[in-house]
Amino acid sequence: MGWFKRLKEGITTNTKNKKEVPDGLWNICPKCKTTLSVKQLEENFFKCTNCNYHFRIGSHDYYDLIFDNSKYTELFADIISVDILHFVDMKSYSDRLEESVKKTNLLDSMTVAYGKVDKKPLVIAAMDFNFIGGSMGSVMGEKIARGVDYAIEQKCPFMIISKSGGARMMESAFSLMQMAKTTAKLTQLSTAGLPYFSLMTDPTTGGVTASFAMIGDVHLAEPEALIGFAGPRVIRETIKKDLPEGFQTAEFLLEKGFIDLIVDRQSLKATLSDLLNYFVQKETTTQHPVAEPST
Amino acid sequence: MVFLDFEKPLETLFEQLEKIKQVGEQGDLDVTPMVKELENKIAITRKEIYANLSGWQKVQLSRHPERPYTLYYISQMCKRFNELHGDRHFGDDKAIVGGLANLDGQTVMILGHQKGTNTKMRQYRNFGMANPEGYRKALRLMKLAEKFGFPVITLIDTPGAFPGLEAEERGQAEAIARNIYEMMVLKVPVICVVIGEGASGGAIGIGVGDRVFMLENTWYSVISPESCSSILWHSWEHKETAAEALKLTAEDMFGFGLVDGIIKEPVGGAHTAPEEMAKILKKQLKKELAELSELSAEERVQQRILKFSSMGRFEQLPDSKLAKLTATADKK
Repeated sequence: MGWFKRLKEGITTNTKNKKEVPDGLWNICPKCKTTLSVKQLEENFFKCTNCNYHFRIGSHDYYDLIFDNSKYTELFADIISVDILHFVDMKSYSDRLEESVKKTNLLDSMTVAYGKVDKKPLVIAAMDFNFIGGSMGSVMGEKIARGVDYAIEQKCPFMIISKSGGARMMESAFSLMQMAKTTAKLTQLSTAGLPYFSLMTDPTTGGVTASFAMIGDVHLAEPEALIGFAGPRVIRETIKKDLPEGFQTAEFLLEKGFIDLIVDRQSLKATLSDLLNYFVQKETTTQHPVAEPST
Repeated sequence: MVFLDFEKPLETLFEQLEKIKQVGEQGDLDVTPMVKELENKIAITRKEIYANLSGWQKVQLSRHPERPYTLYYISQMCKRFNELHGDRHFGDDKAIVGGLANLDGQTVMILGHQKGTNTKMRQYRNFGMANPEGYRKALRLMKLAEKFGFPVITLIDTPGAFPGLEAEERGQAEAIARNIYEMMVLKVPVICVVIGEGASGGAIGIGVGDRVFMLENTWYSVISPESCSSILWHSWEHKETAAEALKLTAEDMFGFGLVDGIIKEPVGGAHTAPEEMAKILKKQLKKELAELSELSAEERVQQRILKFSSMGRFEQLPDSKLAKLTATADKK
């Protein structure tokens, strides 16, 4: 397949270039229409300086924000999607994959990384919405599965940052079964006594919400993120009524009791650090020394 | 009788049969040989039509208005059944039914989606689309079964979990996610059977088992062909193409190793001989239950986890050096 070759490009690309915020020197906030320079955005955790709107960012941006000195090891980067069903809609799945790799410089909608947060180890699996809507196919399932295994091996907590429209239709039942697969792996993490944090960002819907995102030990969400099972358009069509303001936002879900806390991106690292302190006691850490991220 | 569009040749034959029978009743003409011939013809035609059904035709069959639903199967298979209602938190969902049953002397917890048999009942059952309380009722019943060591049987037949406002408010996603998690580690044997439609999260919300079967003319997919068509083709017109592309038939699913087996239906579909269908289903369930009871709870759970964790197809880039390069390049 032709797009294998493009891997080289991916290797030499600095992660800093993988921003999901639009290219160019200036960005317009989708919420308040304020014009922001890229520099302003980066300095403000990719949030609008005027209305605090959280721009959609990529998995590597989160790693940069969360891990100490933006240092981390990407894991299982060599797993890629295959067009099992030879799925063709208005274009073929193979073409879609190829285009997405070109567009995003990523191999799929999820990356996994290992690093330290205030010196405490953590495995994070995070999604890239730019890659076919952050959709969940076999690759995402396998990366989460291996991420869980790695966390168990290293005896460290596990976190998933969700940003996805749901299951990837082009893998049909294979993608559906990733809901069961990822959940099966999380039962093993639980048996190993390790905590799992689920961070839901804008948007988190469909099969992602209805599986691993909603069975965390702690549920975090970014402000105003859209979180739900069915998308707003589907619901509107079903009930044939307009949806109330703020419906399916992080704040709404917190009120309904499904989110533990809403975290501003600026304090995300500090919050995670707190959580890691609560869950990982010093004694355990010394008993089972964790490996340093390899250099 | 209701005939689907691809069953039109059958409809004509049945009409002829009716007419000839009427003639026979009226008078002196002996129609027996003609009736026999027609019945033969019907059997052959039926076999021909059903030998090569497309994905979309199977979807149509799975939704056949005369197809047997959960409560029918329960009444046919079990000597006694006592429906248990409610999730003990919010309410009683009519789209999922369940309760304790006596299956040839063995106590089982049996539950499933329920559709209505007429317009009024279809509305009452919300067309088999459950709300969160339906999934939570299912979980409550399964936990009850676990406590007392009763095997769990679930029958799946849903066009999807209900995408409504209140469903979202009450945590549809959480309810389904919780069920998948709890079913994965349920200590008692769990057998799931898709008896009609197996749409997405709504199906898998009661679909994690030691054994997952599909009846021959059912489908299981991440999305219904209609919704798939509307999203990917931006119109409802491509449902047939979507049904093919999604590879959603029992045969496909078994071929992919995503279900454990196919349960044959009588020729013409479950609705043409529901009693026989129930018998076939019961036989299969009893066989599987006997096998599963040989295993310890730990073995079952472990095998279940292993089965689902190995689902998925992907490629690992063969050049391991290249892979390592990727990892180092991303680190700063």
